[in-house]
Amino acid sequence: MNRQYPFDIDAAKAAITAHSQERGSLLPVLHAVQEAIGFIPADVVPLIADELNLSRAEIHGVISFYHFFRQHPAGKNVVQICRAEACQARGGEALAQHAETLLDCKFHATSSDGQFTLESVYCLGQCACGPNIMINDELHARVGADKLDRLIGAKRGTP
Amino acid sequence: MSTIIYVPRDSTAVALGAEQVVAAIRREAEARGEAVSIVRNGSRGMFWLEPMVEVATPEGRVAYGPVDAGDVAGLFDAGLLKGGTHALSQGLTDKIDFLKNQERLTFARVGITDPVSLSDYIAHEGYAGLQRTLTMDGAAIVKEMTDSGLRGRGGAAFPTGIKWNTVLNAPAAQKYVVCNADEGDSGTFSDRMIMECDPFVLIEGMTIAAVAVGATEGYIYVRSEYPHAIIALNEAIVAANAAGYLGSNILGSGKEFNLTVRKAAGAYICGEETAMLESLEGRRGLVRAKPPLPAIQGLFGQPTVINNVISLASVPIIMARGAAYYKGYGQGRSLGTLPFQLAGNVLHGGLVEKAFGLTLRALLNDFGRGTESGRPIRSVQVGGPLGPYLPDHLFDTPLDYEAFAAVGAMLGHGGVVVFDDTVDMAKQARYAMHFCAVESCGKCTPCRIGSTRGVEVIDKIIADDNRTQQVHLLRDLCDTMVNGSLCAMGSMTPYPVLSALNYFPEDFGPVTQAASAAI
Ligand SMILES: Cc1cc2nc3c(=O)[nH]c(=O)nc-3n(C[C@H](O)[C@H](O)[C@H](O)COP(=O)(O)O)c2cc1C
Ligand code: SF4
Ligand code: FES
Repeated sequence: MNRQYPFDIDAAKAAITAHSQERGSLLPVLHAVQEAIGFIPADVVPLIADELNLSRAEIHGVISFYHFFRQHPAGKNVVQICRAEACQARGGEALAQHAETLLDCKFHATSSDGQFTLESVYCLGQCACGPNIMINDELHARVGADKLDRLIGAKRGTP
Repeated sequence: MSTIIYVPRDSTAVALGAEQVVAAIRREAEARGEAVSIVRNGSRGMFWLEPMVEVATPEGRVAYGPVDAGDVAGLFDAGLLKGGTHALSQGLTDKIDFLKNQERLTFARVGITDPVSLSDYIAHEGYAGLQRTLTMDGAAIVKEMTDSGLRGRGGAAFPTGIKWNTVLNAPAAQKYVVCNADEGDSGTFSDRMIMECDPFVLIEGMTIAAVAVGATEGYIYVRSEYPHAIIALNEAIVAANAAGYLGSNILGSGKEFNLTVRKAAGAYICGEETAMLESLEGRRGLVRAKPPLPAIQGLFGQPTVINNVISLASVPIIMARGAAYYKGYGQGRSLGTLPFQLAGNVLHGGLVEKAFGLTLRALLNDFGRGTESGRPIRSVQVGGPLGPYLPDHLFDTPLDYEAFAAVGAMLGHGGVVVFDDTVDMAKQARYAMHFCAVESCGKCTPCRIGSTRGVEVIDKIIADDNRTQQVHLLRDLCDTMVNGSLCAMGSMTPYPVLSALNYFPEDFGPVTQAASAAI
């Protein structure tokens, strides 16, 4: 698979140089790139390799090791549902199933309209108030099926 | 004079609508021509009441909760600004049973102060510990820590003073202090609360550690799932630097300490200290074999103090009030307090800081008040995803490291996850293996491959595909994982699995078959 995605190469370069001088800088650099353009494109890896004097293989190894980094763009909204024990104890798995139906999308995939990427997360640190989810950067606690319907509806631009 | 109203900035309160409540209070006060000043405090940790709004009155702070933005007009009608009575009234905050019966040492300021106000911190005994530390030499500081009995709160409970002493005595031009703020265990949130609700206490604790061992650089490795914590820490670090509590000449003492927040990237194993060091150095989080100990060869090959958030946040009060004071809490070799985190299906979930020695049952009943669903508690997982599932007959065990170990359980980070009688323990066992498969660093075969096989075997048990034989196989596999894994990820995943099988065999198929295979 060798798809090309549009991304702002200058923004990526700026993100790399902004952090390349820190000690052990690879994670801060990858975070900055993903923050600037939403993912870490394959085409950016050689630039990072050059700047940090690392091999491309090493950088690929790091990107694929950490769950947080993505190699392809996500949907317009990223919906993360907590699948860990404390949320399970409060109906988290039923919510997870409901989310798959609602978004018409499996976990670790993006809905066909490109609106939503559905992901699992293992604990958001809100374990007394589950089930918990994060939509983009917003946390939501005590999320039942109805609340999820409302939150997703709002993101779809429908009331 | 304007009335002070407190609405937490803690991420749980925010996730439950605190921002909307703040906006509603502003709107309502303006419409009524009332002067209010809103302080964004931390959470008291009574999460069933969040967002909890407090009002300063001459009698003390009065609490209301859980407050929805839609309740605000009614609260003003009921005389909110004077602490008036309303259906959501909880009375004086300090008199609420859940809080009143705690022993808050590490969490003394949490929920009370504005987390990022340095002057508020100092007004509440903040930096008293560092002041005293700056009059002492490294050996005396380390002795105070050793005498306090403090053991690492990140899970393994290793004595903090001994660890610091190793770093103190390791000759090197550069030493580091690293705070492990990866808090990956389900059911734990005390690290998050400290970082969001009292970040200065962690900064002060790290500064004391640095002064003690002679380190000049520090990192806080925070999981990426905690954006609010990262924001609060950075705000506090800026303030501490500006006021000379961090930087090249701490309070004119000539001591230097520079602190940086590092964002992790979603890997559970990076909570293991050597994997965390690899990650900080910019690599995959693969576990390193020990020795060498990080205290001798840690970050960038230099002597490094690595401690959990709660361990470090407990340091300032020990230095401010002395080792004997801290040691006066707890029992046996479990001294001081532990912030227990009541999570999962529990009616009153939240943070309970108590001296060691309380029983698990008292924690569940007196503080937690049973399940949220109203059904009986069937099982409790203490100590995170690698902790065993406990049945009712072990609930009378005192919360104490040794007492828990004696019944094959562990306190770990103090997370307590409650399940009611609808839980399917075979599913929980399967989940434990699945989690290990997802999060294994991949270095050892028993953990990397064994966990995937474990999921398959449990599926066969559930499907009654050769059940008796598969139960044997599962036990064998667990044995291999326990004995053949480099770190606790692989060697402890069998705990939740085997505890489910041993204590709740009926969930794995007809009792007779699963149980007979157990012998
Ligand atoms: C798989 C695994 C995950 C861990 N996760 C954490 C964690 O999230 N936070 C933490 O403080 N310690 C964690 N630890 C324990 C650390 O390795 C280390 O013992 C601890 O940070 C030392 O600090 P302390 O002595 O203050 O507890 C983990 C250990 C293992 C084996
Ligand atoms: S037990 Fe698992 S997580 Fe630990 S070092 Fe081995 S493979 Fe890595
Ligand atoms: S288990 Fe879901 S937030 Fe902690």
